[in-house]
Amino acid sequence: MPASSPLADVAREPGVAKPDPILVASGVTRRYGGVTAVDVDHLEVERGIITSLIGPNGAGKTTFFNLLCGFDRADEGSWTFEGERADGVKPHRLARRGMVRTFQLTKTLGRLSVLDNMLLAAANPGERFLPALFTPGRWGRIEADNRDRADELLRRFKLDHLRDEYAAGLSGGQRKLLEMARALMTDPSLVMLDEPMAGVNPALTQSLLQHVTALRDEGMSVLFVEHDMDVIMTISDWVVCMAEGRIIAEGTPADIAGDDKVIEAYLGIDHGGQTTGSIS
Amino acid sequence: MSWLSILALALQTAIGFQAAYHALAAVGLNLHFGYTGLSNFGHVGFMLVGAYGVGIAAERGWGLGVGILLGVGAAVVLGLLLGIPTLRLRGDYLAIVTIAVAEMLRLVANAGPSARLTGGARGFGGLSSKLGFYEHNVFEPRPGGYGIGESFVFSHQQLWAMLWTWGLTLVACLLVYLLVRSPWGRVLKSIREDEDAARALGKNVVVYKLQSFVLGGVIGAFAGMLIVLQAGAISPSRWIAPLTFAIYTVVILGGAGTIWGPVVGSVVYWFVIQFAEGVINNLWFDVSDTTVGALRLAIMGLGLMLLMVYRPQGILGSKKEMLAGARQ
Amino acid sequence: MHLPDALRSPRVLLCLVALGFLWPAAQAAAQDTSTQEAAEAKACAFTKVEAVEQYGGPLPPSIWGRLCQIQDGAAAYPAGVTITVSKDGEAIGEAVTDEGGVFVVELPGNGTYQVRLDEETLPEGFSLTDERFATLGAVKVTFGDQQAVFRMGEDTRGARDFEDYATTFAKGVRLGLILGVAAVGLSLVFGVTGLVNFAHAEMVTIGAVAAYGFNSAGLPFWLAVIPAVAVGAAFGAASDVGIWRPLRRRRMAMLSMMVVTIGLSIFARNILQIYFGVGSKQYTAASGQRESKLLVFRLTPNDRLIIVVCAVVLVAMTIMLRRTRLGTAIRAVSDNADLAASSGIDVDRIVLVVWALCGGLAALGGVLYGLTVNVKFDMGFVLLLSMFAAVVLGGLGSAYGAVLGALVVAIAQEMSGLFIDTSYKFVTAMAVLILVLLIRPQGILGKKERFG
Repeated sequence: MPASSPLADVAREPGVAKPDPILVASGVTRRYGGVTAVDVDHLEVERGIITSLIGPNGAGKTTFFNLLCGFDRADEGSWTFEGERADGVKPHRLARRGMVRTFQLTKTLGRLSVLDNMLLAAANPGERFLPALFTPGRWGRIEADNRDRADELLRRFKLDHLRDEYAAGLSGGQRKLLEMARALMTDPSLVMLDEPMAGVNPALTQSLLQHVTALRDEGMSVLFVEHDMDVIMTISDWVVCMAEGRIIAEGTPADIAGDDKVIEAYLGIDHGGQTTGSIS
Repeated sequence: MSWLSILALALQTAIGFQAAYHALAAVGLNLHFGYTGLSNFGHVGFMLVGAYGVGIAAERGWGLGVGILLGVGAAVVLGLLLGIPTLRLRGDYLAIVTIAVAEMLRLVANAGPSARLTGGARGFGGLSSKLGFYEHNVFEPRPGGYGIGESFVFSHQQLWAMLWTWGLTLVACLLVYLLVRSPWGRVLKSIREDEDAARALGKNVVVYKLQSFVLGGVIGAFAGMLIVLQAGAISPSRWIAPLTFAIYTVVILGGAGTIWGPVVGSVVYWFVIQFAEGVINNLWFDVSDTTVGALRLAIMGLGLMLLMVYRPQGILGSKKEMLAGARQ
Repeated sequence: MHLPDALRSPRVLLCLVALGFLWPAAQAAAQDTSTQEAAEAKACAFTKVEAVEQYGGPLPPSIWGRLCQIQDGAAAYPAGVTITVSKDGEAIGEAVTDEGGVFVVELPGNGTYQVRLDEETLPEGFSLTDERFATLGAVKVTFGDQQAVFRMGEDTRGARDFEDYATTFAKGVRLGLILGVAAVGLSLVFGVTGLVNFAHAEMVTIGAVAAYGFNSAGLPFWLAVIPAVAVGAAFGAASDVGIWRPLRRRRMAMLSMMVVTIGLSIFARNILQIYFGVGSKQYTAASGQRESKLLVFRLTPNDRLIIVVCAVVLVAMTIMLRRTRLGTAIRAVSDNADLAASSGIDVDRIVLVVWALCGGLAALGGVLYGLTVNVKFDMGFVLLLSMFAAVVLGGLGSAYGAVLGALVVAIAQEMSGLFIDTSYKFVTAMAVLILVLLIRPQGILGKKERFG
C-alpha cells in the first residue's frame, strides 16, 4: 500500500518514532482502584495513514483512546496533537482543533433530524448566544452554505433520502454512517473511530471500510480501535497492539500477524484464558 | 352554581393572572427542561429572588426600576452560583440539589433574623403605592367589571396585571422561538439528547447549559416580580416546592420542548383545575375550602402521573418525536 | 469542575461537614441569640415614650436610661446609682437613678460620650452582668438625646451546661435513628431499581396516620405500631405491583419515573390531607412524658424506647442483609440486576420484597417520628429533604450509608440549633445535602459512577 511507504524504514518496535507524527504521547498512565489500566511509555501516530489500535479485552485500548481525546483524565503523562499540548484539554477544544471522535455505541442525536445532526457539526457563528439573536442574516447565509455541504456528504454516504427524518429512526448501520458523515462536517485532521464495526451487519462492513479508506485518501489521519481482525488486516496501514495497559508491538499488519507477543496476548498462553480477536 | 357559570369561571381562570404567571414561569422552565434537558426542580427559587428584588426595593423606597434590576441581577447570580457547580450532575441528582437550594432560599427568607432584609415570615405588605404598578392602568374602573355575566368578569386591576403578564409571556415565547431555531438552539437540543456527542463535535457544553439556565431563570424571576406587583405584597410562604411541581405539570401538559407548550399548558391546566373545583363544589355543598384546595392539588398530582404514563409529549408535542427520544 | 482527589476522601468530607456547623457557631458567639435573653430584654426594655413619661415632659439633649435587673422572674430597678458622663476625659455631667431606676444626664450637644456606672453605688443584690462594661466607651449622640443601656444580672447566655449539649446530642441521635429507619428504604429502592422516589415521604406519613387510626380506635400505642407497619409494607408492595413494575416493563426513563413519583406524592399527600385534616394529632403515648437523667442525657422514657427500637430494627436489617439469602440476593440485584438474574435470582420478586420492606420501615419511622413531633398530613414531606440529605450523604444505594448519613445529618441539624437561630436549623440539612452533591455525589459509602 502506497501510504505505508513513509513507514517502510521504521523499526517494528513499540514506541518507535515516526517521520511525521500527528499525535505524540509519552508516559501516559491511568489507574482505577488498584488496577493500572493504561501504562504507555511512548506512542507516535503517523500523519495521513490509517493506524489501528488492537488488543485483547481489558488491554486498556478503549481507556487509552478515551484519554487521548479528552473523555477521561490521565493520572500522569502528556501528549501533543499537531505539535500542541493535548493532555488535560477539554474534549470540545480538541474537536475544534481537528481531532474528532466517534462512539462505539453510536450517539446520533435522536430527536434531531439527520440534517440537523450534520449542521450541528459544522461551525457557525450563530451558535453563540448574541449572534444567534442579533445577526440572523449572517449566520443564515453560513447555515445555507453548511446545508449544501451537508447534503453533499449525505449523498456520498447514501443517507440523503433520510435527510429530514429523525435520526432515531435510522437503522444501526445507517447510524454508523451518519456518525462518520457528521464527523467529516467538522473538517478534521485526525478522525478517531471507536470500534466502528461493532454491531454492524456484515453486509454493511465493506461499505464502511470503503468510507474509512476514503478518509485517508483525502488526506486525513485515522486512528481506530477495533476487535475485528479481518477489518484490521484489510485496511490498516499500521497496527499498534496493547496488552495489560502497555504497548507490546507495532508494525504493519503483516508484521503483527506473525508477532509472537501479539499471538500470546490474544491466546493467553502464559496468562490464563483469553478471548480471540472477535467482536465482544 | 349553574353549569354555565362553572364553565365561565373555569374560562376566566384559564386566561386570568394566575394562568398568566404560571405560563411565564413555564416558558423559563421549558427552556431548561424542554430544550436543554436540565431537570431544574428549584425554579421557584428564581421566582423568589425576582420577587424579593422588587419587594425589598419597594419596601426601602428605591423604586420599581431598581427593583427590577435587583431581581434580574439576583436571578443571574443565582443561576451562575447554582449552575456552575451543579449542571454536571446526573438528572435525578440535579433535581434534588435544585429543590434543596430553592427550599434553603425560602427558609432563609422566612427566618426571624432575616426579617430586617426580607420581612421574615410575615414579609412586606402595602407595597402597591411604592411600586406604582397600578398608577398607569389604562383600564378605567367599571362597576361590575369587564366581561360577560357574573362569572366571566375581570376588574380593571386584574386586566392590567393580565395585560402585562401575558404580554411578557408572549415576548418570552418570541425570544425562545428566535433562539431555538438558531444554531445556538440546535446546540441546546443536542445537549439534551447527548452531551458527549455535543462535546465530541466541539461544543462547550458547560457554557450553553449556563446560558440556558440563567436565561430561563431570569424569565422565572420576571414571573415572581409580576406576582409581587399584582399583589402589592410579598411573603415567603408562596415560594414552595409544590409551585415548581405545578409549573412542571404545565410544561409537560403543554408539551415540553415546544414554543407554545407553556401557554397552552397553563391555560388548559387552570381550566381543568377550576372546572373540577366548580364541579366538586356543586356536587358536595358542605365541602370546606381547604378540602377543595387539597382536591385541586390531588387532581394535579394524579394528572401529572397519568400524563407521564399515557401522554408524555403533552398536548402540542409530537408523538413521533417522543418515540424518537425513547428509542435511544 | 475537577477537584483534587484529596477532596474525595470521606474523612475530608466529614471534616467539611463538621466545619459546616462550627462556622455558624463562631458567628453565633458574636451574636446575641438566646431566646431566654430575648424575653428578659422585653421585660427590661425601656422605650423613649416611657422615658418621657417618667421624666414628666420632653427630654432635653441628654443621655438617659433605666437600670433594670431580673430578680426572681420580675424586673427590679436600683435607685441611688450614680451615672457619670464624660467626653474625652472631661466630665460633662452626672445623675443619680430614681426609684424607677431612671437616669437623665443633660448634654451640651451632639457627639460621642463615655458613660460610667459607679458600681460602688449599686444597692444590695444588684450587679452588672459584666464588670468590663461598667463604662460604655462610645455612646454616639446624633439626634439630641440617646439611650444608654447597662446589662445587669446573671448572664443567661452561659447558662447552657454540658448536660444541655449532651442532651441535644442525644436528641440528635434519636432523630438520626428515626431518620435512618425511615430513609433506609429510600436507599434500598434506589439500589435495586435506580429510582429516586419522592413519594417515600407519603409512605412515612401513612405509617404515622395508620398508627394514629389504630391508636384512637382503642389499641394501645405500642401495639398499634404493628398493624401500622403492616399497612406501610402493604402500600409499598402494592405500589410496586400496581405502578412501578408495569412502568419498568415499559422501559420508562428514570427521570420520567421520578416525575411520576412526584405526581404520586402530591396526590397521596393531598388525599391524606382530606382524610386526616390539616391539624396535628397526638398519640396516647405521647403525653405525660417526664425527662429523667441517664448519665448526662436528659431523656424521656419514650426517647429511650425509640432509640432502642430503632437500634434493634437497624441491627436486624444489617443481619438480614449480611447473613440471609434474601439479603445476599438484594445486594446482588443492587449491584447488577442482569448478572443477578442470570444467576437464577427472581429479580421481580426481590424488588417486590424490597418495596415491602421499604414501606414497612418508612411506616415505622413515621410512627416513631409522630411520637416526637405529633402526626400531621405533611410530616413526611417536611422530613423528605432531610431524608434525601441522609441518603445522599451516605450514598444512594447503601443501606449502612443511609443510617450513617441520617445520624450525621440529624446530629448536625440538632446541634446547630445550639449555635445559630433555630429558624436556620433545617438549613443545615439542606447545606449538607448540597455540599455532598457538589463534592462527592456518591456519598461516603456509595458506588462510584459517572455522575455527569
